[in-house]
Amino acid sequence: MEKLKKDHQLTLSVSPHVRSEETTSRIMWSVSASLLPATVMGAYFFGPKAVLNVALCIIASILSEFLYQKGTDRKITVNDGSAFLTGLLLGLNLPPTVPFYIPIVGSVVAVVITKQLFGGLGYNVFNPALIGRAFLLISFPKLMTIWAEPTAAFIKLDAKTTATPLGILKEEGVAKLLEMFGDNSNLYLQLLSGHRAGSIGETSAIALLLGAAFLFYRGYITWHIPVSFLGTAGLMAWAFGAKGAFFAGDPIVHLLSGGMLLGAFFMATDYVTCPSVKAGQILFGAGCGFLTMLIRLKGGYPEGVMFAILIMNCFSPLIDRGFKTKVFGAKKEVKK
Amino acid sequence: MTMDFTKLFELIVAASLINNFVFTRFLGLCIFFGVSKKMETAVGMSVTFTAVMMISAALSWVIFNFVMVPLDITFLKIIVFIGVIAAFVQASDTIMRKVAPALYYKLGIYLALISTNCIILAVPLINAGEHYNFIESLAFGLGSGIGFALALIIMASIREKLELADIPAPFRGLPMAFIVSGLIALAFTGFSGLITL
Repeated sequence: MEKLKKDHQLTLSVSPHVRSEETTSRIMWSVSASLLPATVMGAYFFGPKAVLNVALCIIASILSEFLYQKGTDRKITVNDGSAFLTGLLLGLNLPPTVPFYIPIVGSVVAVVITKQLFGGLGYNVFNPALIGRAFLLISFPKLMTIWAEPTAAFIKLDAKTTATPLGILKEEGVAKLLEMFGDNSNLYLQLLSGHRAGSIGETSAIALLLGAAFLFYRGYITWHIPVSFLGTAGLMAWAFGAKGAFFAGDPIVHLLSGGMLLGAFFMATDYVTCPSVKAGQILFGAGCGFLTMLIRLKGGYPEGVMFAILIMNCFSPLIDRGFKTKVFGAKKEVKK
Repeated sequence: MTMDFTKLFELIVAASLINNFVFTRFLGLCIFFGVSKKMETAVGMSVTFTAVMMISAALSWVIFNFVMVPLDITFLKIIVFIGVIAAFVQASDTIMRKVAPALYYKLGIYLALISTNCIILAVPLINAGEHYNFIESLAFGLGSGIGFALALIIMASIREKLELADIPAPFRGLPMAFIVSGLIALAFTGFSGLITL
């Protein structure tokens, strides 16, 4: 009886209201497809262990969503691709050599706590994959900062570990980075191709830009968040990036390294956790860029993209409130 | 002088964001969960709280440095600060009832709760422990107030959004609020190491 009554209730949901079930899954699978180049490059540079970890993330995400929905007697929505995408994004954000339980723990946190407890897709306040990763970074700080050296040879199993470009930038400065990579143009080239240490899917700028171009072409993401994100971050890197002198920093190194591109195009643009008004999205992106550079230049962590997006996720309901257009004649409902 | 302003600015930023009392020290949670259900009460509480915070930081500083230090009774600071703050909050409670009755009825019990709020007590204690001067104490109080206001307003906006969400029955209301604030705290760890005082 209770269930019957529930079926006849009107579905109340937050904006945007235009998407229907079919297009949700279409978008999810398309975004997953757009991450294919980055995944392939990650596999190429970091080998079978990386592939295994990404696969584990995806399987664990789908499985935990399925089991949760089965256990709580909810509609099974595994087919809509959102669990797959969460798993894929989490996998691409992990260091290549983490032990097998890391992807599993991260996926369960991402899917069950960050998404399902909030009521499922569309209600979550935070980006699930990023919460999964932040949880792992805080819980396993050592394992989550072991960076394998890219080998560019799929069969080589025991990769050496090294520091990420951002780690070197933080600890030893830009001179050391240039010394490692030769000159500026070689550094840019390596950052573009992805021949550097880092998370599985974040290293190859070209592959990420290719995926982003596909998303733009399909109209799944708009310029507002990525441009304001990267623009603010670039401006700050240029203005404050160098020690002792203003406007002498190198914005290109900062924009191409770390998770900047992955975050700006694929994470910050998540429909559910970013503001839905365009003006709000520009503010959201600018906030992400600002916080990212603040953490990179002044904070305790070498990389700030993840925290920046999560912090701005907290603010997005507030931003939406601030930019909300008034409904004509609407009265505020008194709730007791 | 410029050095001083940098220090004050750092104090305010550190107290409001980096060492946010709610999200990194987990203090003041009773009020935080109590009034963050609606934006209106959250904003009212934020303003009241910040004002009470600054005035009680100032009052306790004066009493600590001009009464307790000369009399060598600084070991009594917890009891004395509680007394001072409670008396002050009771006074402002009475004034508010006369001046702004609507706001008084909205905030109700929570105004009385401010007097026993851990942040209100923590700030004078930290000010005394760190030997901040008068202006620094005020800045620290202001920063803490802003930080608490920020936490309340973020939380209220999220909780109002979640009103419409299809949250599983056992998690509705307070449990979800705890999970949300845990996740916000997770995000705020990104600020760690930003400014070391």
